[in-house]
Amino acid sequence: MTQTAKTQWTQKDLLGLRDLSVAEIELILDTAKSFSEVSQREVKKVPVLRGKTVVNLFLEPSTRTRVSFELAEKRLSADSIGMASGGSSMTKGESLWDTIANIEALKVDIIVMRHGSSGAPHRISNYTKCGVVNAGDGINEHPTQALLDMFTLREIKGKIKGLKVVFVGDILHSRVARSNIWGLTKLGAEVVICGPKTLIPWGIEELGVKVIHDVKKAIDGADAVTLLRIQMERQNETLFPSIREYASTYGMNTELFKYAKPDAILMHPGPVNRGVEIESALADSPQSYILKQVTNGIAVRMAVLYLLSGAMKNEK
Amino acid sequence: MTGAEKQILDEGGIERVLARIAHEILERNQGTSNLALIGIRTRGVFLAERLQKKLFEIENKEVPVGILDITLYRDDLSEVGPKPEVHETNIPFDLKGKAVILVDDVLFTGRTIRAALDAVIDLGRPKVIRLAVLVDRGHRELPIKADYVGKNIPTSLQDRVTIHLKETDGVDEAVISGGSKV
Repeated sequence: MTQTAKTQWTQKDLLGLRDLSVAEIELILDTAKSFSEVSQREVKKVPVLRGKTVVNLFLEPSTRTRVSFELAEKRLSADSIGMASGGSSMTKGESLWDTIANIEALKVDIIVMRHGSSGAPHRISNYTKCGVVNAGDGINEHPTQALLDMFTLREIKGKIKGLKVVFVGDILHSRVARSNIWGLTKLGAEVVICGPKTLIPWGIEELGVKVIHDVKKAIDGADAVTLLRIQMERQNETLFPSIREYASTYGMNTELFKYAKPDAILMHPGPVNRGVEIESALADSPQSYILKQVTNGIAVRMAVLYLLSGAMKNEK
Repeated sequence: MTGAEKQILDEGGIERVLARIAHEILERNQGTSNLALIGIRTRGVFLAERLQKKLFEIENKEVPVGILDITLYRDDLSEVGPKPEVHETNIPFDLKGKAVILVDDVLFTGRTIRAALDAVIDLGRPKVIRLAVLVDRGHRELPIKADYVGKNIPTSLQDRVTIHLKETDGVDEAVISGGSKV
C-alpha cells in the first residue's frame, strides 16, 4: 500500500487553533469526514482506540460538548471516565496539579478538559505525559467547536476560502468566536464580528477580522452567520441595558436574515436562547444547521482523539 | 540500491486475468444473484470496478461495488508514530445475505485481509465472503487464502511487488523489483 506523503499529526495535545497550521486543520477536517460514516452505521463502533483510556475532566458545566466527547470516545472503543468538579476530591481542596498527577498515575492516555480559566489546559499539558484536549478554557478557545463549525461550513459550502462568515453576539466572552477567528482566517475566510460595543473585545481587529456594529450591514452578503448567546454567567457588571433591548437590536429573525445571501446558513454553538439571540422560527428553519453542527461534532472529536492517540506514544 | 525491475503482468495480462476471475466468480456463484464487490482502498477499488464492468459484459447485470478503508482495523495502530490517514468507507448496499467478493491488488502477509474481514463484519452479516486478488506473492503471516488469484508469483521477502493501474498511475502493469542489497 502506498501512502502519499501528506501532513502527519505530531502533537500530543489540541489546545487551540491558534497553534495549528493550515495543513493540520485540514488534516483534522479530512479525517473527520472519514469518521462521519461510523455514526451512520447500525453498529456505531470502530476498534481503533481499544485499550486507550480517556478522562473527561469537566470543571465547568457542559452537556453538548461532554456528551459529544463521550460518544466519540465510545465509538472509537476507548474506555472513558467522566469527572466533574462537584463530586470529586477537588471540592476537598485537592489542587488541579494533584488531580492531574493522580489521573496520570491511573495510566490514562488522554485528558479532555474544560476549565473556567483561560490557559488552564496549556498549563496542564506541560505538566503531564497524557494528551490534552481543550474542551473550552475560560474565554480563550474551544477548538473542537470551531473545527466542527468549519467542518459544517465546508460540508455545505464545499470550501472555506473566500466565504464571508459573520459572528453576532457576545464576542467578549466567547471562546467559540476566538477559536473560529483563528481557524477561519487561517483558511482564508472573511470574518466579520458584530455586537454591542461593550461585548466586542478591544483590539480584536488585530486578529484580522472586521468589526461592524450594525447587524444589517454586518450580515450583508454573508455566506454564514453564527449567533452567540449572551453569557450571563461570565458577566459581573452590566454591559448592556437589558436582554430585551439586546434581543430587539441584535436578535436574529427571518426578516433580518434576508440581508445575508439567499443560500446563507445559520449556525449556533448552543445552548440556544430562543427569543433572545435567535427567533424560534428561524432556529427551526431549513437554513438553520444547528443540529447538523451537533451531529458533525462527534466526527470531528473522533478525528481529534484518533490523531492525538498516535502522537502521545512518542512521549512515553 | 534497488535491484532490477521485472514486469510480471502487462496491460493485456491484467485484462485477461480479470476476465478469467469474472468468469470464475460467476461460475461459483451461479450468476450474479446476491453478488456484491468490495474493493479495498486504494487499488482494490479500481480492480473491483473493473470486475463489475466485466461481470456486466458477461451477464448484463449490475453488481454493486463498495469501498472499504481498513485503516481503523489495522493491527499495527498501537505502534509508535503518527497515525495513518483515514479515508472514507462507502458500502452503499445492505450486506445481509450477500455473497461478498473482497478485491485487493496484492496478497502478501494477509494482515490487510484480516482487517478487511473485521471491517466488513462490523458493517453487516454477509452470507459469504470470498477473496479475489490480482497477485498472490506468498509469505502469509495469518491463515488466509484467496479464492480467486490472478497470478501466483514466488517472491523473496525483500522483493517489492507493485501494481500500477491506469486510474492512479497512468499504466496497467504488475512489477516486481529486487529488494535492497545492503
